Amino acid sequence: MELLSGADMIARFLKDEGVEYIYGYPGGAALHIYDALFRQDDVKHILVRHEQAATHAADGYARASGKPGTVLVTSGPGATNAVTGIATAYMDSIPMVVLCGQVASHLIGEDAFQETDIIGVTRPIVKHSFSIRHPSEIPTVLKKAYYLAASGRPGPVVVDIPKDMTAPTERYEYVYPKKVKLRSYNPVTRGHTGQIKKAVDMMLKARRPVFYTGGGVVTGQACEGLTDLVQRLGYPITTTLMGIGAYPQNDRQSLGWLGMHGSFESNMAMHHADLIIAIGARFDDRVTNNTSKFCPTAKIIHVDIDPSSISKTVRADVPIVGPAGSVIDEMISLVQGREPANPEALGEWWDKIEGWREDRRGKLYEPAEPGEPLKPQQVIETICRMTRGEAFVTTDVGQHQMFAAQYYKFDKPNRFITSGGLGTMGFGFPAAMGIKLSYPDDDVVCITGEGSFQMMMQELSTCKQFGVGVKIVNLNNGSLGMVRQWQDLNYKSRHAHSYMESLPDFQKLIEAYGFTALKVERPEDLEPALERAFANKDELVFLDIYVDPREHVYPMQVPLGSMRDMLLSKTERT
Amino acid sequence: MRHIISILMENEPGALSRVVGLFSQRNFNIESLNVAPTEDSTLSRLTVTTVGDDRVIEQITKQLNKLIDVVKLVDLTEGNHIERELMLVKVKALGAQRDEVKRTADIFRAQIVDVTPSVYTVQITGDAGKLDAFLQAMAPIGILEVARTGVSGISRGDKILSL
Repeated sequence: MELLSGADMIARFLKDEGVEYIYGYPGGAALHIYDALFRQDDVKHILVRHEQAATHAADGYARASGKPGTVLVTSGPGATNAVTGIATAYMDSIPMVVLCGQVASHLIGEDAFQETDIIGVTRPIVKHSFSIRHPSEIPTVLKKAYYLAASGRPGPVVVDIPKDMTAPTERYEYVYPKKVKLRSYNPVTRGHTGQIKKAVDMMLKARRPVFYTGGGVVTGQACEGLTDLVQRLGYPITTTLMGIGAYPQNDRQSLGWLGMHGSFESNMAMHHADLIIAIGARFDDRVTNNTSKFCPTAKIIHVDIDPSSISKTVRADVPIVGPAGSVIDEMISLVQGREPANPEALGEWWDKIEGWREDRRGKLYEPAEPGEPLKPQQVIETICRMTRGEAFVTTDVGQHQMFAAQYYKFDKPNRFITSGGLGTMGFGFPAAMGIKLSYPDDDVVCITGEGSFQMMMQELSTCKQFGVGVKIVNLNNGSLGMVRQWQDLNYKSRHAHSYMESLPDFQKLIEAYGFTALKVERPEDLEPALERAFANKDELVFLDIYVDPREHVYPMQVPLGSMRDMLLSKTERT
Repeated sequence: MRHIISILMENEPGALSRVVGLFSQRNFNIESLNVAPTEDSTLSRLTVTTVGDDRVIEQITKQLNKLIDVVKLVDLTEGNHIERELMLVKVKALGAQRDEVKRTADIFRAQIVDVTPSVYTVQITGDAGKLDAFLQAMAPIGILEVARTGVSGISRGDKILSL
């Protein structure tokens, strides 16, 4: 029998659970735990410079690897600083366990130094949370936390740990719990066979079908199955921002991604479809636009592991509660040996889609001539080409995020890492850091803007300490581009606080941390700078790329319209 | 439509706040709510009355089911059920009013459970409609204070909400 203190139990548990990295920041209430981490070598702790970055780094790791990320922070401000990252993970259903120090049990409720009711604060943005009430329950509670975070529809789990629970003098028996059971939590393992049959029959009879798939396919590791199913049927597929890469984007059947800034052909196909096969997607407002005008002629099959996602905003005709993987596999076996019933109608459908695809409105930008400012779109296209479309690409939020999604073509899942639901500026750089630490041999590129980057730029220091060689591409347009775009469109170009006055000299700033920064102002300098940046995988390089501030992101759905109501340029709309 | 949802949940600290928080977080309505332990000390039973169309009620039950602390729930209004609420009312009782209060209480099968020279405290149980009617009847006499438990309920017949 092994007796361990609560703090040692935490360190040991993390090792036994197979946790490789934890991201965190020490403080009073977490010091016993930090001492336990100091006395072991199995779990590596990455000291961030702000707790929000710890959550984004763990989140980035989780999105790239599919495994839960782990965060350790202290009570009070340590925990509240983590809140934005917890909310980010919650909105995108990312598995994460956040261990929070807490003031000692006898002080709780007394407004003690660095006390915050973090369970209360995070209640609406976690899948679940636990408070440790006795050191002996630490292994079981932590196991439950990891189980809940990663199973079913994943999400963040907060564990609040009062300081006295980790006291070195109190020792209890430690056994790693291989399994835990929660009587009220039994995520479904397969869909209803009758419903799946009904769905497949509808799929085979469809005349204008579209697959619309989301992050659930990526999380459910069902991308191969999805690709198989889609290719057997020969139907078009569009994904959400979160689902990018689940189906190879360079394939003919891929229409790209859909929604507010999605591709013209995706949105047109959705609007005109007679059958929408939604898998692991949640019909959120950035996809559907006005739900009352959403896909007026379509029947909807909706597969989701979370019953509450089904018919939440758009009524499903065939709801299927189940994990994407097993439902897709069952669909494949039902499709086997059968052919779609309406080949002619499908042929016409594809003709229509090819027509939309060839419509260049909303897709065109004029690449910069020598002497003109670079276009952000062309920067992304060049990065995509130079990294062979294989890099991990993280983004922040705004125009650069949409350009990255539009012009970098992903053939693999888990490669486009972005805050889709919450839209968190500051996400990209720490997320890239978390990915690069676990994937040192890959190119990890953070595409950002000067607004977003400044929200988390203190992590340069973390990258220096741990030798994290991410590439930072700063699309510098001197303004908050997306805000400015909305102001151009809706506020007669009154740019209320969307400009970034007094930007730092990024080159000097980066160099102060001992890294290389390259300034790119002319189109002809772009490729040499990128070549230099990607020459060494271990080196952090910052590219400060000056891009045309007048560029807007198109297509752009018209607010309150249907999916096909889009602005295609500053002067054209559908 | 008004719905009565009965929930068995883990008797854990914070469980109640998750349920209540869900309603405000998702913009759902709570008309009344009561919660108490059950015969199984690990479980509490919470009954909430809410109002919404079918889509909203479907979301409420789905979102509640998603909470880890919620073990089981039933929408009692989907079937035959018994609903009860207990109310204590203090009313003015002076002179002729004393008989009037007593008579009305008898009509409603309410009991007077406390008496002072000027005040009667009446206890009444029933569904919400009956309690409302009683308050209306008492209003002209003079209601001093009202304490209602909120609706509790159980389904009729053999149907059982348990683990």
